[in-house]
Formats: sequence, structure tokens, C-alpha cells
Amino acid sequence: MAEHNDVLVRMVNIWKSFGHVEVLRGVNFHVGYNEIVGLLGDNGAGKSTLIKILTGVHHPDRGEIYWKGEKLIGYSVARARDLGIETVFQERALSEQHTIWRNIFMGREITTSWGFIDVKKEREETERIMRQYMGFTSAALSVDSMVGTMSGGEKQGVAIARALHFQADLIILDEPTTGLSLSETQKVLGFVEEIKKNGKSAIFITHNIYHVYPVADRIVILDRGSIVGEFEKTAISLEKLVEKLYLVARTGRLENNSQEVSVPKDQEKSERDLQSFMP
Amino acid sequence: MARLRTAEHRSQISVLLVLFVIIALFMIGSPKTFLSSDIYAAFMSTIPFSMIMALSLTLIVISGEMDLSFPSIMGFCGYVFTHVFHATGSFPLALLSCILVGLGAGFLNGLLIVKLRLPSLVLTIGTQFFWYGVTQVLSGGLGKTLVPTKASTLYYLFVGRIGGRFPAQILWAILIGFIIWLVLNRHRFGAHIYFTGDNPASARVMGVNVDRVKMIVFTQMGGFAAFAGVLASLEVLYFWPTLGQGYLLKTIAAVFLGGTPVEGGVGTVFGTFIGAIIIGILEAGIIAMGMTGFWTQLVYGLIIVVSIAIHSALRRRT
Repeated sequence: MAEHNDVLVRMVNIWKSFGHVEVLRGVNFHVGYNEIVGLLGDNGAGKSTLIKILTGVHHPDRGEIYWKGEKLIGYSVARARDLGIETVFQERALSEQHTIWRNIFMGREITTSWGFIDVKKEREETERIMRQYMGFTSAALSVDSMVGTMSGGEKQGVAIARALHFQADLIILDEPTTGLSLSETQKVLGFVEEIKKNGKSAIFITHNIYHVYPVADRIVILDRGSIVGEFEKTAISLEKLVEKLYLVARTGRLENNSQEVSVPKDQEKSERDLQSFMP
Repeated sequence: MARLRTAEHRSQISVLLVLFVIIALFMIGSPKTFLSSDIYAAFMSTIPFSMIMALSLTLIVISGEMDLSFPSIMGFCGYVFTHVFHATGSFPLALLSCILVGLGAGFLNGLLIVKLRLPSLVLTIGTQFFWYGVTQVLSGGLGKTLVPTKASTLYYLFVGRIGGRFPAQILWAILIGFIIWLVLNRHRFGAHIYFTGDNPASARVMGVNVDRVKMIVFTQMGGFAAFAGVLASLEVLYFWPTLGQGYLLKTIAAVFLGGTPVEGGVGTVFGTFIGAIIIGILEAGIIAMGMTGFWTQLVYGLIIVVSIAIHSALRRRT
């Protein structure tokens, strides 16, 4: 499928229902090589279902997924991980009562014969990973620091560094800044920039446009199961984007009718639809 | 250095201090008994049974689960050992069957907990009654001698007296403690036990097979309960159908006293080792000090509550 080879992952015409509820309605979504995509949407917009399909947790009712141009068949969580798709979950998938080095290698321990852990190697590797991907030079933090004692931003850093170390090509950040202070959010945004610097791609899922805008290359807006807007950052200012987002949210809610926001087939239509909501 | 590391060290030091204080009190209260080596030889013969089970139970508690059925598995496996030994006259065969039955009973616990998503606390109350009932039905409530086992060298290997004085079973307890420590602290399976207990959802996401971990920890508990049953029966050269009863709370107390919290995720083998010693020496010490047996339970309760409060306070400081 040469036509899909230009991007890292492409999801084509994805439909998904749970019972009678249509959660995704013909979503077309892609992430390019070395691209950070901000995926914005309100609660119930379908963000997490879309991501769960991408990570193999759910199977779409209809639609196709292409990874580096190749159509994926028999897709599963294990396959997604093998391909290099890593999710940094909201709860961060960390073990709080254990050290950083233990967490970095959780489930993927460096072992010698008979399955015994090479503690020395894991600690040395962790030190290198912390320097390389997290820029950690703080004397307060060491490889032996307990994750539970770290700040929210630092925990995200460990999870992102872990994903980068294991050569993930696509890192999915699920609400990475929710509940974090301003300075902690800045730290996380720094880690997201590291992903880009390392030549990898990321999907940054959030409610907050102010968090994702500074680091994203492209912003995708999902609303009630459809992509209603898709903008290259270079093509739109933050103020304009906020205005558009506000309209999408407001129109839907005010009318209380999902049909009010149409399902665009492409970006131009999406632009047109949003423009039509402008006062 | 990690604050957890120091917290764990502090926890281990605190339980060691409790042991030293108790021994010092006993030495002051009853110097004749506690300054003689006889009492320590006696402790080394009686403590290993519950110590082995407490060490094994530590893995279950760290994984965030609980087992209340091990005393009944111990009793049933004691029955299997005795029955097979009398039927075949073979010590190794009796031992093998007993251990296999123990592993099977433990595996059954794990399987039901994992596959049926049953809470371990409730399920093992059920299997505790079940295995105790099976033992009573099969044995008809009657005990049986194990004196003929003395003809086997294995008897001496398990519960003989080294140099005519040093009980072999304490060496087994130390060896088992070392193996469990090695697995828990140096093997990837041990790391997976900690991750499973701390945050099973995270562990799953990171590729830890949480269900498999739980099945294995319950299975090994059954195996070690069986082994403890053999040792306890051989020590008195008699199988009692009530074998195992009375070990439940003391064994669990040893784990908690050693600093492993009921929530799981953390805990140490060393702590349980010392916890088992404390539990093991209390009763004899209290009586040797001239107090009546009525005091035993009271002192047990007091020491357990104080120790757990200390561990909890140390953990909060991190």
C-alpha cells in the first residue's frame, strides 16, 4: 500500500460502536514521521476509543490501520508494542513504591542466565537514560530514588524516557499534563520535545490547547466520534484555534444535537464547518 | 540513596531491635532459662515450621493477596505423607507425593482466584475448611505413628540433630529463606511479585503477567506448607489429624511483624525471618518469666500492634 507509506501510521475510516452508541464515526487519522500530533476533544469525544484501537485494545467495527504503509491484520496489544507503539498512561504505568531503575525496566528486565536481574547493568543504563532523555542532573534524584517521592512531571519524564529507551516509534501521551502545576507542565512539555529531538513521533491527548500548542506540529480536534478540525500549527495562531475550539464545544452543547456538528470528509470541509460556527 | 531503601532498612532494623529488647527482657526476667543454650536449641527445633510458611506467605502478601488455607494444606499433606509412607514404606515417594499434593492445592487456590476473580481472603477461608475436612474424613480423626521413618536417612536430614544438638530443620528454614530472598530481590519473577502487589494495572500494561505471578505464589505456598507439614510430623514422629491448626495467626503475624504491609507491593524476607523468631520465642519466654499462660495472648497482641504501628509510621515518613 504505497499510498500510505508517507506516514508512520494511518487509520482509515474507523467506525466503532459500543452497544447502540456510536463512539467513532468514520475517523481518518494519521501521524507522520517525527511528528507531534495534538489530539483534542471533550470527554466522550472518542479520543480514548481511537487510541485504544491504535494500541490494539479494541478492534474497530470497520476501518483499516496502516503502519509504515503496511496494512495491519490480526492486530493486538502485543503486536502494537512489537511495532513500537508505547502508551504513557494517565496513571503513568509506574510502580510508586519502587526505584526509578526498577521502573524503567519493569516487565523488560535485563537478565543474566536463569532469569536473574543484572542489577548493575540496569542501574547504569537508567543513569544514562535519565541523562540522555530527561536531562536529569539534579542531586536530589538518583536511579535509586523512589518513584512515589517524585513530582508528577518527573514521573511523566520517567515514563517517556522508558518509552524512548525501548525504541518506541510512536509514543501516545494520555493526558500527560492533567493535574500538574505550571512548572511541572513545563517539564513535561520539555520531555515531549525530547521525543521530537530523538526523531520519534507522539500523539499528545489533552483537553488543554494551551498545553499542546507549544509542542505540537499538528492539532486534530475530535468531537462526538468525528474529526471536526485538523490544523498545521504553522497555519493557525493559538488565538484563532482557541476560538474554533470554543465554537465547536459551544455549538454542540447549546444545540444539544450531535447533528449540528457535521462530519467532515477532509480538512477543507472541517475548516468550512468551523468557519460556519463563527459569529 | 533511595528513601525507600532507607525506609526498608529502618523497618528491618526496628524489627531486629524489637527482637533484641524481647530477648533482653527475657534474660533479665528469667536468666536461668535464657542464659542457657538449651532454650535456643528448643526454639531452633520448633520455630522452623511456622517460619518456612511465613517466608512463603510473604510472597503472597507482597503480591497483594492473602492465604488462610495453608495450615489445612499442611495438615492434609501431613496425612498424605503418612498414608503413602505406610502404604509403600518409601520415604522419598511419600515426600514426593506430599509435596506434589501441596503444590496442587496451592495451584488450585491460585487458579480459582485468577480465573474466577475471587478475592483470595474469602476463597482461602473456603479451601481452609475444605482441606481440613478432607483430612478429617480420610483419617477418620485418627493419628498415626511415624516412628518407622527413623529407619530412613532422610529423617535425619530433615529433623535430625547435627552434633547431637543442632536441629536440622533450622538449616532448612535458613536455606529456604535464602532462596526466597534470592528470588524476590534478584530474579525477574521477584520483581514481578513486587510490581503486581504495588500496582497490578501498571504491571499488566508493562507486560507483567499478573495472573501467572499470582498462580505461582499460591502454588509455592502449598508446596512449602506441605514441606512444613512433613517436618512438623517427623519432629514428633506422629501425624495428628489436627496438624496445622494453630499456625494460622502466628504465621500471618510473623509476616506483618516483619514489616510486610497487608496492602502488598513492599516487604522483606529478612523482616519475616525475624518476625517468625519473635513470635516463636514469645510464649516460652512469657511462661519462663513466671507469668501464666493467660498472659501469652495479651503480650502477642501488644507486640504485634506496636510493631505494625512502628512499621506504618516509618513508611509514612517516606
